[in-house]
Amino acid sequence: MVRARFRDFDWVLLGFVLMLSVISVFEIRSATAMTKFHGFQEKQIGFLLVGLLLMFAISLVDYHRLLDIAYWAYGVGVVSLIAVRVVGQKVLGGRRWINLGGGVHFQPSEWVKLILILVMARFFWERVGEGRTLRWGDIGKAFLLIGVPLFMVLKQPDLGTSLTYLPILVAGLFLGGIRWKHAAILVLSVVVVGGIGWSTGKLLKPYQRARVTAFINPDSDPKGSGYQVRQSLIAVGSGGIWGKGTNKGTQTQGDFLPIPYTDFIFAAFCEEHGFVGAIGVLLLYFLILVRLIQNAQTAADPPGTLIIMGVMAVILFQVAINIGMCVGFMPVTGIPLPLMSYGGSSIIFTFLALGIVMNIRMRRFVN
Amino acid sequence: MDNANIDREEKLSPVKLHATQYIVALILFVLGVGLWRLQVLGGTNWRVLAEENRIRKVPVLAPRGRIFDREGRIIVDNYPSVTCYLVREQKNLDADLPQIANGLHLTVEQIQATIKHFQLTPKYQPIPIKQDITPDEQAFIEAHRNELPELETLDEQRRLYPRDGFAAHLIGYVGEVSENDLNQSRYAAYSPGDVVGKFGVEETYDEVLRGVDGSRDMIVNSHGKEVGVRGQELAQPGQDLRLTIDLDVQMAAEKALEGKIGAIVAMDPHTGEILAMASRPTFDPNQFSVRLSKAYWQSIMDDQDHPMMNKTIQAQLAPGSTFKIIMSLAGLQENVAQTMHVMCNGGGVFFGQFHACDRHHGMVDIQNAIPWSCDTFYYTLAAKLGIDTIARYGSSVGIGEKTGIDLPDEQAGIMPSQLWKLKTQHQPWYPGEVVSVGIGQGAVEATPLQLARAISGIASGGVLRRPHVVFPSEITPDELSAVQSSYPGSGDKTVPLTPENWQIITDAMAQTIQGNGTAAEARLEGVDFAGKTGTAQVMSHAALARSGGGHKTEPNAWFVGMAPRRNPDIVVAVLWEHANWGKNSAKLAAQVVDAYVNKQRMKAGNLQKVAAKPEETTPAGTGGTAPATATPTGQ
Repeated sequence: MVRARFRDFDWVLLGFVLMLSVISVFEIRSATAMTKFHGFQEKQIGFLLVGLLLMFAISLVDYHRLLDIAYWAYGVGVVSLIAVRVVGQKVLGGRRWINLGGGVHFQPSEWVKLILILVMARFFWERVGEGRTLRWGDIGKAFLLIGVPLFMVLKQPDLGTSLTYLPILVAGLFLGGIRWKHAAILVLSVVVVGGIGWSTGKLLKPYQRARVTAFINPDSDPKGSGYQVRQSLIAVGSGGIWGKGTNKGTQTQGDFLPIPYTDFIFAAFCEEHGFVGAIGVLLLYFLILVRLIQNAQTAADPPGTLIIMGVMAVILFQVAINIGMCVGFMPVTGIPLPLMSYGGSSIIFTFLALGIVMNIRMRRFVN
Repeated sequence: MDNANIDREEKLSPVKLHATQYIVALILFVLGVGLWRLQVLGGTNWRVLAEENRIRKVPVLAPRGRIFDREGRIIVDNYPSVTCYLVREQKNLDADLPQIANGLHLTVEQIQATIKHFQLTPKYQPIPIKQDITPDEQAFIEAHRNELPELETLDEQRRLYPRDGFAAHLIGYVGEVSENDLNQSRYAAYSPGDVVGKFGVEETYDEVLRGVDGSRDMIVNSHGKEVGVRGQELAQPGQDLRLTIDLDVQMAAEKALEGKIGAIVAMDPHTGEILAMASRPTFDPNQFSVRLSKAYWQSIMDDQDHPMMNKTIQAQLAPGSTFKIIMSLAGLQENVAQTMHVMCNGGGVFFGQFHACDRHHGMVDIQNAIPWSCDTFYYTLAAKLGIDTIARYGSSVGIGEKTGIDLPDEQAGIMPSQLWKLKTQHQPWYPGEVVSVGIGQGAVEATPLQLARAISGIASGGVLRRPHVVFPSEITPDELSAVQSSYPGSGDKTVPLTPENWQIITDAMAQTIQGNGTAAEARLEGVDFAGKTGTAQVMSHAALARSGGGHKTEPNAWFVGMAPRRNPDIVVAVLWEHANWGKNSAKLAAQVVDAYVNKQRMKAGNLQKVAAKPEETTPAGTGGTAPATATPTGQ
């Protein structure tokens, strides 16, 4: 058992994280000011406080203990995903939530994400620890470990969250020592199968394609995803260099921008605070991500590095997909922007993940 | 698993970890480039789109100028009305159409047709789907604000015209600008849905009356709900217009025509100001100002008597014996008529063909040829003058040419001549044709206004004025010259007329309404009333025989009368279709003149001017027999 020291807690990282959280609270306030969701910033503050608390709490438990129970947790996670199909609440056409009573809803797919980070870290560490490169059998097992919960979440249906499991796998394979040849074959086969499937329509039948398009629209907006993207581009573009100012974004305030406090919060922020503000936010993400990589580099052991890189990969993936969507590079997939989008599950996952990162950092000089 | 024995060997590649920093930097850089592209390079364009998104231009309609009579009494007013507009940005519009149609008492097809009509109008502009909605339709819209946010109402001013088609042809009506109109250059500034004057004063003076519509920039949210106003451009109300019409005279004219088919126009020959203008049958302009019902339009189209025709300026008909005043002008000015003494034995042979007169007038000269309307005299005169001399005088007083009145679609009539026949029929003029022209038949055609102006011009010593219904002082010189160039015509002009000849013609016209005159029944006690009747056949005797008669084959009754006989203050031309005898029209003219004179007499200041004593000059040769009306004969 190692002793943790809060002196080694990454206060710089926490500072960046809290800066983004404050920006998030103000933008949620602005984006909901004219809507019935007015006051959501206060709930967001509540989520942040709970998140901080959980972050400190989880940093106290040695991450090796977490790795020990990773496979058990994986089993529980899969069961909870089954449970959500049985007793879950149907919201907007999908079963994703379990009502815990007292107004608290639980979204298993978010904490499964955390479990997968731990499971992947343990899985690849075990392979790396044996001092051998990955074989096809290892790759297959890794795919299976990620694939089962991914498929279950996809069927909820929640395309966005299921996609966030992929970077964990990719980061694991990358750092776990996948051979270049294998990686090339994997990428190539995914591209070929996906490309042929989509273009010939043999992989997906028309109605399935329509379903994918429907996935792209998590809120079943009658105006269609093309409309959402267009409104997002107008919001971002019309913000110009300096932005229109808080509470003055016409796209945000006029309800043209869909859900401007969750998935499209970055577009709302860009409209009201312009290119300057947007670059500032990008810079904060850059600092946070680089700080995570540095923590990974200084981790005491390979599983610590693997965990932090898993966290980093998920956050990077979500940032790239979400902001990419807001600027028109990516389709609408319903992936929230970590630390910015409103929502308890997302906040709590992020802070728990950061808590584990802190956990690892605090133990880097130990032993 | 024993975590205490973790192998601390660096099994993970530090190069890979280092490389991820660059991957992160690259991804965020690409996102930054995306932001640069949108916000810095494309900012302006996106801002325009954002504005178009949230701003909806709602028209603020300018109230149209009101129309008054010459004394400032209101003829056309406006009344507040509500129009329902449709916002087409709503995505699920088609699904809502049945409900909208039901609530507004329309059909889905009607709404779809309206949407199609406005397909070129930008989507963010609402389009009118029903005008002048009822209170219960308004309540429907209010009650469904949330379900049908695409419906909007707009308060506007709507035209209120006199009832029963009073002065309808003069005033005209307004309506939505048609697709055809929009393709014309004069409607370049108009857009679909604009209300435009379509007839009468409303059309001629549309630009004066219409004003300039304003607009209000409403801030809307994505559901089309208005959440604020960004700015507005106030509407400039249209200019009020004072007409030269005298309501009292107009009412007399309308009353005189009640139940008849025909037209009455009254004018002040000194100025060309139109005092009254009525045409029958008439139409209800109020039916046109909202949405014209198909049934009403059909009833108008089916009416053989052309309710939409302003007969005072559009009916081109044979003037009959009223033309004899123009013949007399030609004959006297050519020094032919003064010395003519014609023996009327009920007609005579001209160019080898017998032409009948309706009576045996005996010896006739110019002084009694006019009041008796002796055809034989004018057959003789016409034969002596020849067609081209007659045409020269006819043209000089404006026959065959538009008068240039400030109303749309005036007709020119026809003043035949040798050249005219060659041009239009590619045949030489047959000399014998001149005989019927002498009594206002044959090819000669004139409108009531042309006759009023020509004959009153002669009575005014040869001074003809451009007729007009709006005081030139009411509009700017630019607008005036624009109107005059848009409605060209013979305009103001002076025709040579010696004082002696002037006296002969005017005295003879006064005799028409005296003892033996053709319109003696129209005599007005104490009024110097003069004029000329006309009974113009509408078809040849041969055609009449074939058709077997009937009301519509009866001759048209004409009368052009004025008071006083010289330099008249008022001229009235009456066309009563198929009324058989000119004297019938003379009685109608007398009613109008009487109304005018009574009114002037009541005005203390004008007492002397109009109450002038009728000159009791008796033309030579009053020894004629019974009053005679000219009945055209011949072809």
